[in-house]
Amino acid sequence: MSYVWAFVVGGAICVVGQLFIDYTKLSPARILTGYVVAGVILSAVGLYKPLADFAGAGASVPLLGFGHLLAQGVQNAVDECGLPGAFTGGLTAASGGIAASLIFGVLAALVGKSKDQN
Amino acid sequence: MKLDPRQYDEMVSRASPPSPVVRDCAWAFLVGGAICTLGEALRQFFLIWYDKTLAGTLTSIALIFLSAIFTLPGWYQKLAAKAGAGTLVPITGFANSVVSPAIEFKAEGWVTGVGARIFGIAGPVIAFGTLASFVWGVLYWLLGKVG
Repeated sequence: MSYVWAFVVGGAICVVGQLFIDYTKLSPARILTGYVVAGVILSAVGLYKPLADFAGAGASVPLLGFGHLLAQGVQNAVDECGLPGAFTGGLTAASGGIAASLIFGVLAALVGKSKDQN
Repeated sequence: MKLDPRQYDEMVSRASPPSPVVRDCAWAFLVGGAICTLGEALRQFFLIWYDKTLAGTLTSIALIFLSAIFTLPGWYQKLAAKAGAGTLVPITGFANSVVSPAIEFKAEGWVTGVGARIFGIAGPVIAFGTLASFVWGVLYWLLGKVG
């Protein structure tokens, strides 16, 4: 069952993004940024955690989940060490994904050719 | 054969292809859903050995790796032309937005090309995401002091 909900919820979150693309002509950078900030807000008001528990990767794989990760990280760090946690918690929680993107990005540049992109 | 305007509208809508928005959304739903289902399979796999947090991180890393592999020969971009937000919104789209310029701007050098352009989309995402999480962290701290 978890796979069905991952598919449906993940797909639905992508449809919302598609509606933004078709009706607002927002650039991809703006949509991704908006999704991460929206994820932080949805997580802060307590709406995203129930969805993540329910839909698993359907909620964590879209970039809203990245925002949720930042917000949860900051909350855990504030619980542990107080106000400094507001600085350290977000990026600590998101570090795996950010580092992986940068590492694989540079490695891909090492083996790839510029013209591959055209 | 005489047609009133309503019948004519019906015939036109039956004969014309589905609107591009409906088609775009169907693609986004199917491809986005498929990527999330793959993510769920990876997550269940990692949950065998690791706790929820680490399994989630490893799922992201695995999807980012796969995205980089599919970005190299240009396949991810080809899929993205059809799938739109279905390939943009998942973490694989974020990874593609890092890997793709890294390869493309290799010709401009490793520091000012690859190193700088890699953050073209990831930069704003990380900057505003971190700022938003900081604001929430301060609020959460204040709520703890009051409550």
